[in-house]
Amino acid sequence: MDFVCNFPAFSIVLSMMGAIVSSALKGKWAKHLNMVILFIVMLMSLCVLGYTLQTGEFFVYTMGKFPAPWGNEIRAGVLEGLMATFFCIIMILSLLGGRKHFYQDVEEDRRNLYFIMTDLLLGSLLAMVYTNDLFTAYVFVEINTIAACGLIMIIRNGRTIEAAIRYMIMSLLGSGLFLIGICILYDLTGHLLMSSLKESVANLVSQGEYVIPLTMTIALMSVGLAIKSALFPFHAWLPDAYGYSTISSAAMLSSLVSKGYIFLVIKIMYRVIGFDVFANSKIINILFVFGILGMIIGSVSAIKENDIMRMIAFSSVAQIGYIYMGFGLGSQAGMIASVFHIFSHAATKALLFVAAMGLRDASGGSKAFIDLTGAGRRHLWAGIGFTVGGLSMVGIPTFSGFVSKLLFSQAAIFSNHKMLIALIALAVSTILNAIYFMKTIIRIYSAPGEEIAAGTQKCKSDIRYILTIVSFLLLNVLLGMSSTVFYFLIEKGLIMFD
Amino acid sequence: MGPNFIANYGEVIAMILFGIGFTNLLLQKNMIKKILGLNIMDTAIYLFLAQKGYIDGRIAPIIVNGVTEAENYINPIPSGLVLTGIVVSVSVTALMLSLTIRMYQRYHTLDLDEVSTQLRKEGL
Repeated sequence: MDFVCNFPAFSIVLSMMGAIVSSALKGKWAKHLNMVILFIVMLMSLCVLGYTLQTGEFFVYTMGKFPAPWGNEIRAGVLEGLMATFFCIIMILSLLGGRKHFYQDVEEDRRNLYFIMTDLLLGSLLAMVYTNDLFTAYVFVEINTIAACGLIMIIRNGRTIEAAIRYMIMSLLGSGLFLIGICILYDLTGHLLMSSLKESVANLVSQGEYVIPLTMTIALMSVGLAIKSALFPFHAWLPDAYGYSTISSAAMLSSLVSKGYIFLVIKIMYRVIGFDVFANSKIINILFVFGILGMIIGSVSAIKENDIMRMIAFSSVAQIGYIYMGFGLGSQAGMIASVFHIFSHAATKALLFVAAMGLRDASGGSKAFIDLTGAGRRHLWAGIGFTVGGLSMVGIPTFSGFVSKLLFSQAAIFSNHKMLIALIALAVSTILNAIYFMKTIIRIYSAPGEEIAAGTQKCKSDIRYILTIVSFLLLNVLLGMSSTVFYFLIEKGLIMFD
Repeated sequence: MGPNFIANYGEVIAMILFGIGFTNLLLQKNMIKKILGLNIMDTAIYLFLAQKGYIDGRIAPIIVNGVTEAENYINPIPSGLVLTGIVVSVSVTALMLSLTIRMYQRYHTLDLDEVSTQLRKEGL
């Protein structure tokens, strides 16, 4: 076994240890430690990605060297490496971009708590990405939920308390369903390790036994995780949680936390249930319908919203809808489109949050839409960032959003029954996206009236902010322009899943 | 169907309890009742697991008197899962209770909808 094979376990343990050590550190040092850990984990994930690409197959790391049916395993392939690297990059950029506001929002003596939560979040995300054991996945899902709740709660005001409670209630409902799903599946098969589970499930399916309980577990697990990742009818907590937390939290919650759960759904689809069984179950139709509804209703709510942060939050609901719609198509092409959209949305949404915060700064911190008039002129980089993010979300070529929309429509065309609905929903949702993003972009570049101009000042970005925006822009263009590379990586990763 | 229900009465009770807990967590207005619902829901899952791990006429998997044959003991894995689950549910309950205390100190109510109304009045 090569040394690289230790890296997934290392990175999980490192971020968990970082959280423990941070509790004894002052805010400043916790911040530095957090950054160092993020960079190390990013490099290790890159090594894992390179190694799996080079060998062309996944590797399994047995925790404590206990062999397969008894021990706990970590399994890494191309997609896991790519996902972990990407999560690290987005997290670094979100933290950098929101740093100025973080200093304003959080008191000196509570700053290290924030970095404890960030480290825990990173650790649990990595564990969810790498683990090969269903129950371990459940435990880390809960750790992720608690860490995310801490990220929302770090600002102390009434809004965040309410948002955190609503978030916790929905999340706990989701994890309750997920847990009972796992338990029933364990009851049916007697395994918790994903590879053994898949064999047993395939056996059950080929013998035609336990059809209803099996469908039930698929439903419970996917609906549980869908609730946690804020798929349409379960999204009520989302605008408050994203709209009122500090900006780094909002960026991380929308682009990482929900994506971690979605990645777990994909893993369960491929590695526990088996893709064919999943695609033939009726559950994907439910995911498809709710995905479509989310695409439309999320965008409509975003149009009605009068607060820019909440508007972006509602846009997340629509984008999560896209991803589940891709699952619902039940084909390999749909899955690739969904995974690509995970990357594309993560890169774009974090950029939008960071940029929107800059725009608000240039408007005297006002939340109201009308005060943002001309903000793009006052704050150059925020304006550029928001414009690019908006164009990418709408699906203008050269940016990442275009590629994911293209992949979705290609996948939809090859689907027999769902082609028309999916294409119409894509078209409608794109137009709705265009309405609210173009409305905002036009507003931030139009000349402000006397009244608004009087209350605002020109905003100079600090170097960290510019760096963040530029990196996000590059990431977005990279995803948009060299999509063939990512397509290749995702396809290879999904093949390795089987 | 009827005889199956009677034979597996433990699992049936666990599922009913799960439903009760789930609906309470979802629909109750009072935060404390919500948290009670959460605990009923989690405990129902542990009951289900314990039912599944138990085998009639066998004892807990602790070696006494040098008996090492697996046939004498029940399945230990569900018990392990229950222990892990309890740890998770205790920490989540603690977090929810602390959030509730925060909310009560600020708004002097345990009703989440009431808090939303007050927030709207504050215009935050």
